[in-house]
Amino acid sequence: MGFFKLSRRDAMTMLIFIALVLLAPIWLRPFGAAYPDLLQKFAIFGLFAIGFNILFGLTGYLSFGHAAFLGIGSYTAVWSFKLMSMNVIPAVFFGTLVAGLFAVLIGYVSLRRTGIYFSILTLAFAQMCYNLAYSVLTPITNGETGLRVLQDDPMVIDGLFGVVQEGSPIGNFFGINMQGYPAFYFCAVMLIIGFFISLRIFRSPYGLKLAAIKSNQNRMKYTGFNTRPYLLWAFVISGMYAGMAGSLMAVTDPLAGAERMQWTASGEVVLMTILGGVGTLIGPMLGSVLIKYFENIFSAFNKGALHDVFAFMPDWLENLVVAVVHPFVGEGWHLTLGALFMVIVIFLPGGLMEGFRRLSRLRGRKPAK
Amino acid sequence: MDAIFLQILNGLDKGGAYALIALGLTLVFGTLGVVNFAHGALFMLGAFCAVTFQNILTLSRKVKDESITFFDAYKEIPYLEIWFGETGMAIIDWAVPLSLLMAIPVMLVIGLVMERGLIQYFYKRSHAEQILVTFGLAIVLQEVIKSFFGANPIPTPAPEIVAGSANVGALFGLGDTVVYPYWRLIYLLFSLVVIGAVFAFLQFTTFGMVVRAGMADRETVTLLGINVERRFTVVFGIAAIVAGLAGVMYTPILPPDYHIGMDFLVLSFVVVVVGGMGSLPGAVAAGFLLGILQSFASMNEVKSVLPGIDQIIIYLVAVVILLVRPRGLMGRKGVMED
Amino acid sequence: MADNIVLNIRNVDKTFGGLQALSDVNLGIEEGKIHAIIGPNGAGKSTLLNVCIGRLEPTSGTVTFDGEVITGKAPHEINQAGVVRVFQTPEIFPELSIIENVMIPAFARRDGAFRFNPFSSLRNESGIREEAEHVLRDMGLLEQRDHHAGSMSRGDKRRLELAMGLVQHPRLLLLDEPTAGMSRADTNATIDTLKRIKERGMTKVIIEHDMHVVFSLADTISVLAQGAIIAQGEPDDIRGNQKVQEAYLGGAH
Repeated sequence: MGFFKLSRRDAMTMLIFIALVLLAPIWLRPFGAAYPDLLQKFAIFGLFAIGFNILFGLTGYLSFGHAAFLGIGSYTAVWSFKLMSMNVIPAVFFGTLVAGLFAVLIGYVSLRRTGIYFSILTLAFAQMCYNLAYSVLTPITNGETGLRVLQDDPMVIDGLFGVVQEGSPIGNFFGINMQGYPAFYFCAVMLIIGFFISLRIFRSPYGLKLAAIKSNQNRMKYTGFNTRPYLLWAFVISGMYAGMAGSLMAVTDPLAGAERMQWTASGEVVLMTILGGVGTLIGPMLGSVLIKYFENIFSAFNKGALHDVFAFMPDWLENLVVAVVHPFVGEGWHLTLGALFMVIVIFLPGGLMEGFRRLSRLRGRKPAK
Repeated sequence: MDAIFLQILNGLDKGGAYALIALGLTLVFGTLGVVNFAHGALFMLGAFCAVTFQNILTLSRKVKDESITFFDAYKEIPYLEIWFGETGMAIIDWAVPLSLLMAIPVMLVIGLVMERGLIQYFYKRSHAEQILVTFGLAIVLQEVIKSFFGANPIPTPAPEIVAGSANVGALFGLGDTVVYPYWRLIYLLFSLVVIGAVFAFLQFTTFGMVVRAGMADRETVTLLGINVERRFTVVFGIAAIVAGLAGVMYTPILPPDYHIGMDFLVLSFVVVVVGGMGSLPGAVAAGFLLGILQSFASMNEVKSVLPGIDQIIIYLVAVVILLVRPRGLMGRKGVMED
Repeated sequence: MADNIVLNIRNVDKTFGGLQALSDVNLGIEEGKIHAIIGPNGAGKSTLLNVCIGRLEPTSGTVTFDGEVITGKAPHEINQAGVVRVFQTPEIFPELSIIENVMIPAFARRDGAFRFNPFSSLRNESGIREEAEHVLRDMGLLEQRDHHAGSMSRGDKRRLELAMGLVQHPRLLLLDEPTAGMSRADTNATIDTLKRIKERGMTKVIIEHDMHVVFSLADTISVLAQGAIIAQGEPDDIRGNQKVQEAYLGGAH
């Protein structure tokens, strides 16, 4: 079983990761984050960001169109529900596969260019997907309303096994309904697999070559490497991660809409990755959990809630603080997100992982003094 | 024939907006070497200059409505109308063109603050980081606008005298079917004038000469002992003004909302790439070209053959151009090639 | 000429705009020899090397390696064919560690131009690691193998660059001023290293300014001036050659 063999350090990382993920419903309770909907989001966006990091973190190619694969994964999963079965396994399988096929196509074309041109090409492709999903592809995507599973959909395989849908259709894993904690644990298993694969890639010669391409692509060519297929595989793998994340969205809630493909969604995964730390193993996961966590908290605040929070202050100060904070919460969550984006890029381009490293270096130096 | 002519006209005003935004993007990229994802936000800020100006002009006082006699009704009458009567109403009617005057200094200040406060620290950093930080800035700006003006589009009508349509067809001896709103004609002319002014400024002033030299070969110009950096700050201000004015004048065509900047930004980047990164004439030509192409693609005759083509034409052209002619239509060699 | 010509440059012209950088260059490199190309600045030496590794395409003429035309081929194909260049300004992977910098070209030799092995582990690549360590020991860089390559001194970077070329065991190694910027001691160490490899039968082409290096290494010397080869022969012939004296030895200093 060479496939599962890891260095001692990586095995530790992996074990801690598995423990943290599986026990999340317990240790996240004090943070008020231990309910299934949010946990599912952590896992899904974590998977998305981990995959994105394989492209952006390892090769340095900044894609601004990965949300397209997220959307494609979602649509495919919903179609798998509609046509075949409410079982989530085929949905996730085909969601990942179809996103991968699109990634081959888009990647093949986009990777003919580098730098900002690559970013714009991926952006252009994602916008095309988004616009088409909204307009002519309505028969496939159901346009603005979004695609959902209906009771009278064929579901051929379910029909064969005599599974009858009662009520609104819910994804299931061989009879276990994909809602609440079971759905989270399904996503969690996918996340763990995704993280493990990412770890393997980081520690493989292939991963080292990708890092070398990021460092000096021209030198790689003169060193005898055909860099294009290396990059294409990285692109396709990260597209498949996005497709899997998209299909998991459909698993936890069987519908798909075009807004998932919008370029602001692509921007979000970039932010998650750089917030945690581009090119680090844990960073993207950390970034996506933090962003989804604070999104959840911040967007729930309204003015009344803010006054409650700051009630201990003198009235004039309370009003002032509420007036300052208010634009950043609730509807204004995106403002916080944008500001965070800037702060991270300006002051901590290596993300939080870089911050931790600096801190521990500082602490390591102190005793020496 | 008439239909084709009309589509060309229809494409031109949108093309004008693309060209103006792309022009600024190119100027900033060519001089500062910065990929500015917040450039669309400048267009949006310009549009909201017009909105703000209109709001200021229509500041109102509640007055009892005498025409309703059954109960006490109040209506709002702008101070300008109360103070100046007919003249005041005329001023309000001309809010959009008049707000150009306000937009110029405001956009200049915004541009300078943006460059000195943020952009200058990113000259030496990677393009990816420039994209990311300006993307963050764009989100911040649009969310600030959203928290002030709400999420809905705000109608900002053109002056009444130009609210109608011109029978352009008659002018060229075509049928009566070619009618075209005056304001769009004005927008087209306006964009041509601004583009002309920018080119003249670059061509005929010493300042412009240095900027052009800086675009061609920054290092040499710096070696000559010319302080390029300060001039580039001004260039950023100019680009901000151009984008802002384009935004102001576009408000009667499309009532602005907070994400109008992002919508135009993505398209404008495509325009810049098609025109050739760093080429000013390329940006202008590609702007108009893509505007016209888009309007052709949205003709029913075309859509019935290629459904959905209107939604993707610009991106499709960009993809094809980037693959066939990586430097774009008029790009120079060695710009952005690694 | 002899049959054992491994690199054959035939009628190569290269113009940049109106500037003639190479004019009708004919050159045959014998297998297993060290061939030095010397000439004053701007003579076209670097252009010639760039033509050989596919960085530049000649305006006309061909380069054949081992009987196969390599002009117009992609850089990685030329490398895989066995022509490896050591760059003058170090082209390394600054973000990677020193040993990784050497492992990368070792992988290129073993894996070819592309190999997708995302699930094999670097820890199991002890063969590649040993190869890299071996070359690093030769270059005296073994101690610092785990340091970041970006933080090395310039001289060390040059030696790393050489190590990256050597680890590929190329049939033909093109060296662009391998000792430029090195101290006298380092230069001598490099000369020793190159001599040792000579015994292993690797063909080498060296572009060099330092006459000490040229005359202590080269079996054959070609003199390039203004894009054309004006003389060729064994070191002793070149030393006494009138034309070379005028064009180079006299002109340069």
